Amino acid sequence: MNPAYRPYHPKWHRERMPIFWWLGQLSYIKFIVRELTSLAVGYAAVLLVAEVCALDRGAAAHARFLRFLAAPPVLAFHLLVCAALLFHTVTWLNLAPKALVLRVGGRRLPDGAVVAGHYLAWVLASGAVVWWLRGGL
Amino acid sequence: MPRPREPFFWALFSSGGMIAALVLPALALWLWVARPLGWVAGPTGPELAALLAPPLLRLCLFVLIALALFHWAHRFRYTLYDGLQLAHLYGLIASICYGGATLLTAFAAWALWHLPRLP
Amino acid sequence: MPEATATIRLEVLRYRPEEDTEPVWQSYEVPLRRDWMVLDGLNYVKDSLDGSLSYRWACRMGVCGSCGMMVNGKPTLTCASYLAALAPGPVRVEPLRGFPIVRDLVIDLREFLDKLKSVKPWLLRDEEPPLAAGEHLQTPEQLAEYKPYSMCINCMLCYAACPIYALEPGFVGPAAIALAQRYNFDSRDQGAAERLEILSQHEGIWACTFVGECSAVCPKGVDPAGAIQRYKVAATAAWWRSVLMPWGAR
Repeated sequence: MNPAYRPYHPKWHRERMPIFWWLGQLSYIKFIVRELTSLAVGYAAVLLVAEVCALDRGAAAHARFLRFLAAPPVLAFHLLVCAALLFHTVTWLNLAPKALVLRVGGRRLPDGAVVAGHYLAWVLASGAVVWWLRGGL
Repeated sequence: MPRPREPFFWALFSSGGMIAALVLPALALWLWVARPLGWVAGPTGPELAALLAPPLLRLCLFVLIALALFHWAHRFRYTLYDGLQLAHLYGLIASICYGGATLLTAFAAWALWHLPRLP
Repeated sequence: MPEATATIRLEVLRYRPEEDTEPVWQSYEVPLRRDWMVLDGLNYVKDSLDGSLSYRWACRMGVCGSCGMMVNGKPTLTCASYLAALAPGPVRVEPLRGFPIVRDLVIDLREFLDKLKSVKPWLLRDEEPPLAAGEHLQTPEQLAEYKPYSMCINCMLCYAACPIYALEPGFVGPAAIALAQRYNFDSRDQGAAERLEILSQHEGIWACTFVGECSAVCPKGVDPAGAIQRYKVAATAAWWRSVLMPWGAR
C-alpha cells in the first residue's frame, strides 16, 4: 500500500534524469563528444591570441613560443586538438543540409548537394589559409 | 521580442561554428603540427608579422578569434546545462562563458592592434 | 492452432499508484509468433496472463500514435516492432521516457498537448477571403514544402528520445515545433510571425542543442530536428531584421 496514495488524487511517478544520462547510449555519447569539440575551437582561438602576444613582445618571445609548440607533450596535445577540430568540421558540415534548405526552380536541392557544396567551401578555405601562410597574399 | 538575447548569441555561435569548421583545421595543422615538426618552414616570427601587416588581415584574424570564442561560449554553456545539469546556475554560467569570451576578444583586439609595425 | 511453443519474456515496468511508491518490473512469458508485434505480446498478457496491465493502443498499424513505449530502451511504436526481431529476449517494455507515469505503461500527455496548443497548429489568417473567391489553391510544390511535417502522428517518440525535453521543463519539444513549421511553411498560413513570438522565448526552440535523436526515432520521417534548425535560422534572421531595420513591416 502506497502511503501517499489518495483516491482520485493519485501520485504520478516522474523519473529523474541521471547526471550521466549521456553515457546511456552510443548516440548520446557521440553527441557529447561532438559538443565538447567546442573546447578545441575555443582553445584554438586562445592559442592564436597567444602567438600574436608573443609577436607583440618581440622576436625572443616568439622564438620561445615556437619552442613551446615543439615540446613533445604540447605537440601530442595539439594533435588531439587538431583531431577535435577535424571532428567539429566533419560533423558541422554534415549537418548543414538540416539548417539550409534551398529551393532551385521549385525543387528542393538534395542534401548531398548541400553537403558537397560545404565540403568544397572547406577545401577552398583551407587552400586560401595555406596560401596566406606561405606568404602568397 | 521577449528575451532577445538568444537569437543574437545563436547567430554568433553558428557563424563561429562555420568559420571554425572551414578555416581552423588547416590553420591548426599548419601552425601547430607541421611547423613545429619542421614539415614546413614557416611562418617564423618576422614572416608572421609581415603576414599580419595589412590591417585587413588583422581584422580577418580578429573576426576568426572572436567568432570562435563566442561559438565556444554558447555551446559550452549548453553542454554544462545539459551534460552536468547545471541549468540552475544559469546566470553564473552565462557570465563566465560570455564574459570570458568578451574579455579574450577584447584582449585579442588589443594584441592585434599593437603588432609591431614593420620597418 | 498448434504453433511452435517458443516463448519470449516481456519485462514490463509496472506502476500502480495505489500500491507502489516506485515502479517495479514484472516478467511475462508470451508466445513467440513469427508475425506478432510487441503490442500483440502485451495484448496476450492482458487477455491471458494479467488483466491488470494498463497501456494505450488503438489502430495497431502505425497511424494513430497511441502505442509508443520504450522497447529495450528505444522509443518505439509497439505495433510496429516485431517480437521475433527481439528474440531471444528478454524484451524490456517501459513507458515513454520524460513523461509522468500515470499507471503502468500509461503516461500523462497534458504537458505535451498544452505545448502543442501554444504553438497554434492551425491556419492563421490576417483576413479571410470571401466564400465567393473559392478555395485556397496550392501547387504540388507548395504542398511539398510542408508535407513531411504534416505526417506527424503525435506519438511523442521524439519527446522520449530527446534528452533536452527530460532536462528542460519549458522546452516546447520536437513534435510541437515541427507542427508549427508545418503551418509556417503552408502557403495558406499567415501566422508565422505570431508563432515566432511564442517560440522565440528561451525555452521555445533555443534549448535544443541538435542532438538529432528525435529525427532518428520518428516513425513517419517528419525530421523534427531539421524543422527546429530551420526555425533557429529563420528566428535569427527575423531578429536581425527587426534590429537592423526596425521600421520594416514583419
